Amino acid sequence: MARGGAIKTSDRTRSERRLGWMLCAPAVGAMLLVTAYPIAYALVLSLQELDLRFPDEGGFVGLSNYESVLTSSLWWQDVFNTTFVTVVSVAIELTLGMILALVMYRAIFGRGLVRTAVLIPYGIITVVAAFSWFFAFNPDTGFVNQLPFIADDKAWFGERFSSLAVVIMAEVWKTTPFMGLLLLAGLVTIDDTLNEAAKVDGASAWQRFWKITVPLMKPAILVALLFRTLDAFRIFDSIFIMTGGAQDTESVSILGYNQLIERLNLGLGSAVSVLIFVCVLIIAFIFVKGFGVRMAEGRPGS
Amino acid sequence: MGAALMLLAIVALPGCTGSDSAEGSGTELSFFIFNEPSGAYQEAATKCSEDSNGEYTISFEFLPAQADAQREQLVRRLGAEDDSIDIIGMDVIWTAEFANAGFIEPWEGSDAQAVTDGAFDSVVESASFEGELYAAPFTSNTQLLWYRKDRVQTPPKTWDDMIAEAQKIGDDGLIQVQANFYEGFTVLVNAMIESAGTQILKGPTEVDLEQAPTERALEVLGEFARSPAAPPDIDTSTEDTARLSFEAGGASFMLNYPFVYPSAKENAPDVFKEMEAALYPAIDADKPSRPPLGGINLGVSAFSNNKDLAFEAIKCLVEPDNQITAATLGGLPPTNEAVYETKDIEKAYPGFSDVIKESIDNAAPRPLTPAYTDLSLAIQRSLHPPGDIDPADVATTYDELVEKVEQAVKREGLL
Repeated sequence: MARGGAIKTSDRTRSERRLGWMLCAPAVGAMLLVTAYPIAYALVLSLQELDLRFPDEGGFVGLSNYESVLTSSLWWQDVFNTTFVTVVSVAIELTLGMILALVMYRAIFGRGLVRTAVLIPYGIITVVAAFSWFFAFNPDTGFVNQLPFIADDKAWFGERFSSLAVVIMAEVWKTTPFMGLLLLAGLVTIDDTLNEAAKVDGASAWQRFWKITVPLMKPAILVALLFRTLDAFRIFDSIFIMTGGAQDTESVSILGYNQLIERLNLGLGSAVSVLIFVCVLIIAFIFVKGFGVRMAEGRPGS
Repeated sequence: MGAALMLLAIVALPGCTGSDSAEGSGTELSFFIFNEPSGAYQEAATKCSEDSNGEYTISFEFLPAQADAQREQLVRRLGAEDDSIDIIGMDVIWTAEFANAGFIEPWEGSDAQAVTDGAFDSVVESASFEGELYAAPFTSNTQLLWYRKDRVQTPPKTWDDMIAEAQKIGDDGLIQVQANFYEGFTVLVNAMIESAGTQILKGPTEVDLEQAPTERALEVLGEFARSPAAPPDIDTSTEDTARLSFEAGGASFMLNYPFVYPSAKENAPDVFKEMEAALYPAIDADKPSRPPLGGINLGVSAFSNNKDLAFEAIKCLVEPDNQITAATLGGLPPTNEAVYETKDIEKAYPGFSDVIKESIDNAAPRPLTPAYTDLSLAIQRSLHPPGDIDPADVATTYDELVEKVEQAVKREGLL
């Protein structure tokens, strides 16, 4: 009886699994169609000299598009900018996000309200947020230069690092709530009795945070970091609105946009896109292999 | 990123199919042009549709307000050989690119004759590529030197005079220009280089940029950008920031298109009373001023199913009567010289229609090359921000400019 039951369950499991695959097949197909096909097409384009404005010229050119991208100082300058913005903004977001998560976790009254309120910046369309920051820091229209200790005619977008600073502030303002919520999700899974026990043993709040909360939250922190890093690396809207890439503030995405959309140079532009894709893969690889992020089991105790 | 752009294009499509069709019948011709706020283009289209005796009706598909965004939408459609475009409202700088890519039809014989008859040479040049006409001049545009007559007695003829005069005025002496990292900066640079006595290109792929005059132009640009006459936000200045600052009263000079005149009348009546127009400044007194040239030329899409009708419709749209409408309603300068002799034009440009005519007559079109976008990016990359140009050592900047421009016309590498 027990044996028969076991075989029966196994059959059922198998058929359920088959059903599962059948159910998700359309989604997998759609994903392949909208992601794998364009990526493959971009790869093919990146090996050609192809310019919409010169339809009679072109052909297969091997890796020469990659060569011109990788030997260009512009590409490396943009990689630096993108990395700089990514690292600085994600670091600030992690710190602020953690504080936000702790505040939300400890909030005694109006918990729902607090959690909804912090999400508002994240809900604002990036372009709109970028415009508000742009106008706020613009010497003609903005209020920032009216603040004490800031020169009235400070041209924030007239210089590289002050421009990048505003871009980073806008990014931090907009995505810290997202970081905060991801961290909060990790925070609530920690068993409170551990903290209680440590308290009884005489651990200070600081010690409890570093010895208990952070290690137990590590999977959640890494997932949050991975998401935000990949997101930040593709930064486009904020820079496009605020400087348009002037003062050497271009990101790699804007570089790709300039080659593809402005110059209609599909070969060169595709090479840039493929290289951005490779960068993203490298970042994901470092996180997954180097830090051991487990996407599916990003919860302690599982 | 490729995938994201494709998705974006698909998502954006429903947004731009809202058409505004004029009353009438016959074949529907779709006219892709930016949404001119005064309605002057619609009025011309309605009139032509009615006069066609039911042969065609022109319907509008509006493009974004910014020229870059207009071009972006058009080249996406034209690159995909979209047959839903019949008539294209083209910025003067797109002619060579669209013609070379086979996006637009050439104008031949009597049709070409009809639409260029009486038009300014500079405008016809901007609508031609490799000796052939590719678009019909419709409305022109040019930049003038706007100044405050309460602070400036006689308008300066040269940049040096203007900078000196501005510094004499003091805090309110600012000169408003367009020097953001965008097309407007190329417009400024081209006008300066042309007025110094050379040009950027001598053929679609041949760089000119004679050293001595180019260095002189760069020197003036650097001197201006480093002088107190340059506004603090010069590196991000556009047509609109210039207009707003001038309207706020903190500037005494402004290089800008005539749209600023009705705008000041509306927004800043006090400034408007003191506002006067003069010819764009020259680099040196012994060389002519070469003001910027803008405007819209009308082309026929190579993928249109109604090319003959589209040619007919354009011939009607560019008629002098419609140009007068565009000038009086929308302040858009006519491309036809004879129109400047009519009384109506004085209504559109009270007291400065002569200056506009002279300005378009002297105007220097931007270089005509299929790789124009590359060229413009190259100029911006090598000269922006203008404050980095050291007037005492322009040779380095000159070398960089020539190198980038060479790279652009050969379409090599990243830009």
